[in-house]
Amino acid sequence: MCGIVGLYLKNKALESELGALFTPMLIAMTDRGPDSAGFAIYGDEVPADWVKLTLRHPDINYDWEILAGRIKEAFAAPVEWFSNNKVAVFKVQASAEQLEPFIAEQAPEVLVLSAGRSIEILKEVGLPADIAKTFNLPGMQGSHIIGHTRMATESAVTMEGSHPFSTGEDLCLVHNGSLSNHNRLRLELQREGIRFETENDSEVAAGYLTWRLKQGDTLGEALEHALKDLDGFFTFAIGTRNGFAVMRDPIACKPAVLAETDDYVAMASEYQALTTLPGIENAKVWEPEPATLYVWERDQ
Amino acid sequence: MKTVDLQKQSVRELNQALHDQVAECTEREWVVTEPKGAHNIACGLDQNLTVDIQGHAGYYCAGMNKKAHITVHGNVGQGVAENMMSGVVRVKGDASQAAGATAHGGLLVIEGNAGARCGISMKGVDIVVKGSVGHMSCFMGQAGNLVVCGDAGDALGDSLYEVHIYVKGSVKSLGADCVEKEMRPEHLSELSELLNRAGVEEDPAAFKRYGSARQLYNFKVDNASAY
Repeated sequence: MCGIVGLYLKNKALESELGALFTPMLIAMTDRGPDSAGFAIYGDEVPADWVKLTLRHPDINYDWEILAGRIKEAFAAPVEWFSNNKVAVFKVQASAEQLEPFIAEQAPEVLVLSAGRSIEILKEVGLPADIAKTFNLPGMQGSHIIGHTRMATESAVTMEGSHPFSTGEDLCLVHNGSLSNHNRLRLELQREGIRFETENDSEVAAGYLTWRLKQGDTLGEALEHALKDLDGFFTFAIGTRNGFAVMRDPIACKPAVLAETDDYVAMASEYQALTTLPGIENAKVWEPEPATLYVWERDQ
Repeated sequence: MKTVDLQKQSVRELNQALHDQVAECTEREWVVTEPKGAHNIACGLDQNLTVDIQGHAGYYCAGMNKKAHITVHGNVGQGVAENMMSGVVRVKGDASQAAGATAHGGLLVIEGNAGARCGISMKGVDIVVKGSVGHMSCFMGQAGNLVVCGDAGDALGDSLYEVHIYVKGSVKSLGADCVEKEMRPEHLSELSELLNRAGVEEDPAAFKRYGSARQLYNFKVDNASAY
C-alpha cells in the first residue's frame, strides 16, 4: 500500500503555514502506511554558490559542532547549521560534490539524506503523527512539500528504506506501488555508477531518474523514459527546487487525487488527506490520468 | 428525514442504522453530511430508502446496494456501487476506477467522468456516464448496458460477453474481441429508454454500438469437448 501526499503553494502568503497545513495530510494517510513516514520540504533557499545538506546520525546526542568545525577549516568557507532530532541541516559555501566525500571520510556514520539549495528530507520509522511531532513539522515553513507514509512490501522497515528518496540535488521522489524489475535495473544502474543504500524498489526508481538526468534529460524526458523502463505499479510525486510533479503508470491501479485552488495544488493517495485544506470544498478535484505527467513550477 | 453527520457519527454507525431499516422501516429519507472522503458509505443497503450524500465519498460507496436510491453530491473513489443488485446510484461528480464493478442490476449514473475499468465484469447493471470513461472499461462484461456520452479510453470492452456498449464520442481503442456493431431500431429504443431513466438528454442516433464478436475461446463450440 503506502500513502503519498504533496502540497505546492501558489500563494506565497501561506508559506509560513506550510507545515501546519501539511501535517494533517500526512497523518490522514496513516491507515495506508503505519511503518515509517517522511517528507521533503522546500524553502529557506541558500545562494547559488552554497549548498544545503540534510545529515543524519543515529545518535541523537551527536556533536555536530565538531563536524561543522572541520568543514569550516578544510574548505575555508562559512558554515551554518542547526539540528532537529537526529538530523542536522548544514549550509556551506561549497559544492555537494566536494562536501559529500569529505563528510563520508570524516564522519562515515553520518548519512546524507539530501543535498541542494532548498530541499530538506526528514524521515524515520514510526507512525506519521509521531514523526510529525519528532521534527516539529507543524512549525515548518516553505514553498512546497511532499511526504510518504509507508506500508513496507519490497524491503525491510528501516529509516534507510523510508521515503522520500533523494534523486540528486533538490530532487526527490515518493512512490506508492511496487516495481517488478528493480533487481535487474539496480544492477544496470550500478554499472552506470549510481549508488544504492538499500534493497528498496523505490530507491531504484529514484536512482533511475538521477541517471536519466545525468544523461541530460529534462525532468519531463526522464519521466517519459521511466514509463518505458520501469515495470510495475506506481504513482510518483516528485519534488524539484521550484515545483512538483505527479505521474501514474499506464495501468493506474495505484490511486491519486489532485486538488487545485488559487492558493495551492495538493496531491494525495486519497481524498481524505485533503479535507483539512482551506477552501477544499470549492477546489477543482480530479483524478490524474494514467501515463500523464502533471507539473507545477514557480518562476525561478 | 434523518441527517447523519459523519464528523459526529462513524460510517459503521451510519451503515448499521441504514441496515436496521430492513427489520423495521422507520425512516425513508436519509441525508449524510460531512463525508470527507470516508470509505464504505451506505454499503449493503437492502431497503427502499433514499440516501443523499453531501460531499465527496471514498472507496466502495453504495457497494452491494439493493433497492435504495443513493445520490452522491460530489466525487467518489474506486468501486462505487460495486456488486450492486438493484436500486439507483447517482454520482453528481466524477468516479474513480472500477465504478459498478461486477454489479448485477440496478442503474448507476455518473454525471461526471469515470476512471479506468468502469463496469469491469458487470453482470447485468445499467451504467450511464455523462462524461468519459477510462481504459479497460467493461472488461469481461457479461450482461447489462454501458452508455458513455463522452469518449472511451483504450481497450474498451476487452474479452466481452454480452454487454451492450453505446458510446457517443471517440473510442481510443477497442479491446480483444470487441467490435462496432450495427445500431438497429431495437438498440435505438433500448438506448433511448436508458437515457430517459438516467435523466440524460442526448440524441440516441448520435451514438455507436459496440459488442462482442464472439470469437474468443469460450465462444467456440469445439472447445466444449475439453470438458
